[in-house]
Amino acid sequence: MTDHADDPGRSITWHRVDEDGHDHEDGNATLLGFWIYLMSDALIFASLFAMFGVVSTSYAGGPVPREIFNLPLVALNTGLLLASSITFGEAMPHLAAGRAAPVRVWLAMTGLLGAGFVGVELYEFGHLVSEGAGPQRSAFLSAFFTLVGTHGAHVTVGMIWIAVMLAQIARNGLTPAMRRRVMCLSMFWHFLDIIWIGVFTFVYLYGVVR
Amino acid sequence: MSNTVIPPDTGMAIFGRLSPQALPLHEPILLATFLIVLLAGAAVLGLITRYRLWTYLWREWITSVDHKKIGIMYVILGIIMLLRGFADAIMMRLQQAVAFGANQGYLPAHHYDQIFTAHGTIMIFFVAIPLVVGIINFVMPLQIGARDVAFPFLNNLSFWLTAAGAGLVMISLFVGEFARTGWLSYAPLAELAYSPDTGVDYYLWSLQIAGVGTTLSAINMVATIIKMRAPGMTMMKMPVFCWTALCSNVLAIAIFPALTAAFFLLLLDRYVGTNFFTNDLGGAPMMYWNMVWIWGHPEVYVLVLPAFGIYSEITSTFTGKRLFGYSSMVYATVVITILSYLVWLHHFFTMGSGPSVNSFFGIATMVISIPTGAKIFNWLFTMYRGDIRFELPMQWVVAFMLTFVVGGMTGVLLAIPPADFVLHNSLFLVAHFHNVIIGGVVFGLFAGIVYWFPKAFGFKLDPWWGKVAFWGWVIGYWVAWTPIYFAGLMGTTRRVRHFEDVALQPYFVLALVGAFIILVGILGFVMSIVMGFLRRRELADTTGDPWDGRTLEWSTTSPPPAYNFAFTPVIHDLDAWYDMKSRGYQRPVSGFRPVHMPRNTGAGFILAVLAAVMGFAMIWYMWWLALIAFVGLLVVAVGHTFNMKRDFFIPVETVTRIEEARLSGGAQ
Amino acid sequence: MRVSDQPLPRPPSHRSGYARWLIAVPTLMLGGCDMVVMNPTGDVAMQQRNLILFATGLMLLVIVPVMATTVWFAWKYRRGNPDKVYDPDFDHSTTLELAIWSIPMLIIIALSAVTWTSTHLLDPFRPLERTRPGVPVTPATRVLDVQVIALDWKWLFIYPEQGVATVNELALPVDVPVRFSITSANQFNTFYAPTMAGMIYAMPGMNSRMHAVLNRAGESWGYSGNYTGRGYSDMRFRLRGLSASDFGRWLVQVKQSRAALLPATYLSIEKPSEKAPVMHFGSVTPGLFDLAVNRCVEPGRPCMADIMRGDMMRGGGNPHRSGAHDPGIGGGTAPGHGSMPAAPHQEGHPL
Repeated sequence: MTDHADDPGRSITWHRVDEDGHDHEDGNATLLGFWIYLMSDALIFASLFAMFGVVSTSYAGGPVPREIFNLPLVALNTGLLLASSITFGEAMPHLAAGRAAPVRVWLAMTGLLGAGFVGVELYEFGHLVSEGAGPQRSAFLSAFFTLVGTHGAHVTVGMIWIAVMLAQIARNGLTPAMRRRVMCLSMFWHFLDIIWIGVFTFVYLYGVVR
Repeated sequence: MSNTVIPPDTGMAIFGRLSPQALPLHEPILLATFLIVLLAGAAVLGLITRYRLWTYLWREWITSVDHKKIGIMYVILGIIMLLRGFADAIMMRLQQAVAFGANQGYLPAHHYDQIFTAHGTIMIFFVAIPLVVGIINFVMPLQIGARDVAFPFLNNLSFWLTAAGAGLVMISLFVGEFARTGWLSYAPLAELAYSPDTGVDYYLWSLQIAGVGTTLSAINMVATIIKMRAPGMTMMKMPVFCWTALCSNVLAIAIFPALTAAFFLLLLDRYVGTNFFTNDLGGAPMMYWNMVWIWGHPEVYVLVLPAFGIYSEITSTFTGKRLFGYSSMVYATVVITILSYLVWLHHFFTMGSGPSVNSFFGIATMVISIPTGAKIFNWLFTMYRGDIRFELPMQWVVAFMLTFVVGGMTGVLLAIPPADFVLHNSLFLVAHFHNVIIGGVVFGLFAGIVYWFPKAFGFKLDPWWGKVAFWGWVIGYWVAWTPIYFAGLMGTTRRVRHFEDVALQPYFVLALVGAFIILVGILGFVMSIVMGFLRRRELADTTGDPWDGRTLEWSTTSPPPAYNFAFTPVIHDLDAWYDMKSRGYQRPVSGFRPVHMPRNTGAGFILAVLAAVMGFAMIWYMWWLALIAFVGLLVVAVGHTFNMKRDFFIPVETVTRIEEARLSGGAQ
Repeated sequence: MRVSDQPLPRPPSHRSGYARWLIAVPTLMLGGCDMVVMNPTGDVAMQQRNLILFATGLMLLVIVPVMATTVWFAWKYRRGNPDKVYDPDFDHSTTLELAIWSIPMLIIIALSAVTWTSTHLLDPFRPLERTRPGVPVTPATRVLDVQVIALDWKWLFIYPEQGVATVNELALPVDVPVRFSITSANQFNTFYAPTMAGMIYAMPGMNSRMHAVLNRAGESWGYSGNYTGRGYSDMRFRLRGLSASDFGRWLVQVKQSRAALLPATYLSIEKPSEKAPVMHFGSVTPGLFDLAVNRCVEPGRPCMADIMRGDMMRGGGNPHRSGAHDPGIGGGTAPGHGSMPAAPHQEGHPL
């Protein structure tokens, strides 16, 4: 089947002979793949933002943003989340240098700040529902609870992930696999920060000044 | 407002709203089907036990992370679901052929409406997507010279999630109802107020679970194509099929989030009582239409682009030529990918968005026909001055070209808003999209299956039965759908169960005849597998290159070893295997090294089963079970991350043995 | 796709008999029986048909040669044909590639121009400029208002000036421009009259508009194009084109009906029912359609327009667009399709 060649190519390299299984557990592929996942997640948030935008003034005679949003509380929440991004940032040089203990400390602090954020959010939700401003009251409130709640659920997943990483780093040390996971987690956490900035501006601030 | 949250179910804390009434004990047809499925299932399970295949299935298939096996499982899933979706189609055709005037047909609305909903849902989500994803999974890593995909475990999980979604749809046949809302379950009809039973919940949960699988799979394929090409294979030396796979999967990543979000919001409306798509309290049902069509229109291209890639590979192989206009083919694919995202509104011109908006989306839609037309011309000029071997795959290509251009033409017609104002929602529209989906996607998938089957199994499909399949589908398509185009021009709307005007009846009888001819095609296809298997010695492919192929997958054995390539190939030109053959490539016979491979895992299967259980529990309001399954999902997922033994080396002795066996098998 | 040469589309006949259609198959395919989309009786649908024929013809200019060439090349370059040139390296030609891209592009440019103009001219929200070729609509031309409400699963037609209403029967005087206002009680339907002017969605809480005219007397059918549940198949209405005198007689006949369409009557016929018979109402509560658009026919339910005005006053919407005079596209709180309801008794759409 190969006989129609007159063999000029003896010296051509057809194979990589010195390989060592480079193409599995390829860190670059993981980071790229995770980044693509984040983009698709961003599009879910984009859809939720679009939904919120469409019904953001459909109060159906129910409460309007400035009646129910407690801006100081939201500012506290924003502060907690921004601070958690900083603490995560503090972990990264230690990760690069391979110092497991400070990485764990900073990750734990990040997780605690995240827990504070989710706690405040749950308090806010509980307060709204008890005032009769639950997600069933109007399309505006449906979209508000869904958008903010979806973000909060992501932060919760991030906290579980942090807990898992704390355990795994303790078990395995900062192996390449562990580093890769912390890198992905870092992207995830900062991504949630960016989404929150959108939520804070578009939902809370714009809602109140309107 | 009428959206009350779940009714307080005091006595039914355990089974939710599931009761014996949910079983089809009073429906003779369904009951018989149920019993047949039950018996057949028991027989299959019995045979597996009798021949002690459980361990084999578990070790070699269910837990496999091998992209080839996962691809084959996807295709098997797609073919099984094709039989189900086609059974629905025949039932609809029968009903529409007889239900005229005083005759109400044999299907009450309650059944007919479920059948057309299930038909559309199954054919797109559980036939077309699994077949496309399966073929990409099998072929693409071989074409780029990789040993597996970027994330082998994720690949296994994606498949099982898709299968879990398909399983839920099948369960709805016998336990409860499927949706009666059309294949996209438009709001407000799909809201709890108008569809209170389990149908829409089955629809939403099965598609959400399968959708997660599809999204993860798309991410996996994109990362694989970008990161794992063999050395030397630049983007512009990549086979066209890989280009179309890349664009298709990028598009899937861009659109599935919109569908996921739309379904998520509809689920909240139905379960929590929110007001996203309700008629009252500020709901905006139209937003649901926008979101599902932002997914829905590009989805057509997610399916058809890989089919275009298949046609390109086959045309090039069977004409014995390089593909004409490779780079213009690539650009056309990329342009289609981008444009397809900007046309969704043409699905509801008739909502009255205003003439300027309608014109924009109409013209954007038409512009897609420019790169598509360029592709048709490229295939045409690949045939020009070729040496065409009309083997089965090439026959499918020619049938595609002749069928698809008509579908393209009626598509452009529907993109002209004033024309759409008379043709929208009519059978003309239905005929159009079957024209492009059958003529474009299905023909391509059959062509691809026939083409790559010997690579996957080591023998060709039976060619005589393959011809039966081919002619059955092609003639059947034209006989079934030409009259439907005409019925559309007679002002007949879609999804109608019963007609007053008996003058329409001949058209529907003819369409039924066409459906039966397609049935012959389907049976021919099944027979070509059966007979191919029985005649596998005569039809065996010992060379690994049965069609005189041009791309890398033909450089390895049929079927390929688990590691695909003993050495990672180095690429110098487009049509790499043709280049290797024509420049005197000699397969290395010594110097093998151990091969690093991913290890199988059962985590994907377990996660998918838990997801299906959670979906089922949510559908029936069994909250305790849903909670347990959810916690189980979390525990298994986290537990899997603690498993660090994910890879192993195939020892050099094994590699040497496999490669030497190939040598004695006569290749090269 | 041949045009029927019959003067009128036949009303659906109920004759059956299998021999009839067995013989009829080829005849129908060639002769085009009730190919109503290709043989409409209204001026708007006629223009839509002409557009379909023109666009099809234009595309066939490229489709037919492509199909012919496919067959020709497939035959000529088959293996085993001795008179052919085999050139395995012919994979590029700049001239050909230019042609390949520019031929479809030229067709699409031509079609785009036609699309842009025809979409604007045939926009159903745009008042008619003529009732048939050569007969312009002048300010003196009388326009008939018809209000359409899609219910589960029947059509309610209100003639506000005449003060009558019907179910599943739409009678129109020929050559008189008609202004339809269209809404729906619960579902997304399409109001589809293929012989007259095509279709537009009927949506709850929204007021769609369609301008149309019938040019020939005769009977045909209208449908709902969008599936809405179990009674959908039978949700159709008789579309009757009547001469001016026949329409007058029909009106008198409807007016004689003692049934009145009061809010209570509306609420009872709004309940889901299948295969509803034709009904006539000799009188109608004024403003009923506006209440239906605003989803407040039921006593005590707040009207959507009032709720939305209240929301706007409390900080919703864009203050620059919140004037009550223009709640049209983009000005309401829903995406820009159809138009959001205006307060009762106000014009609903800026066009």
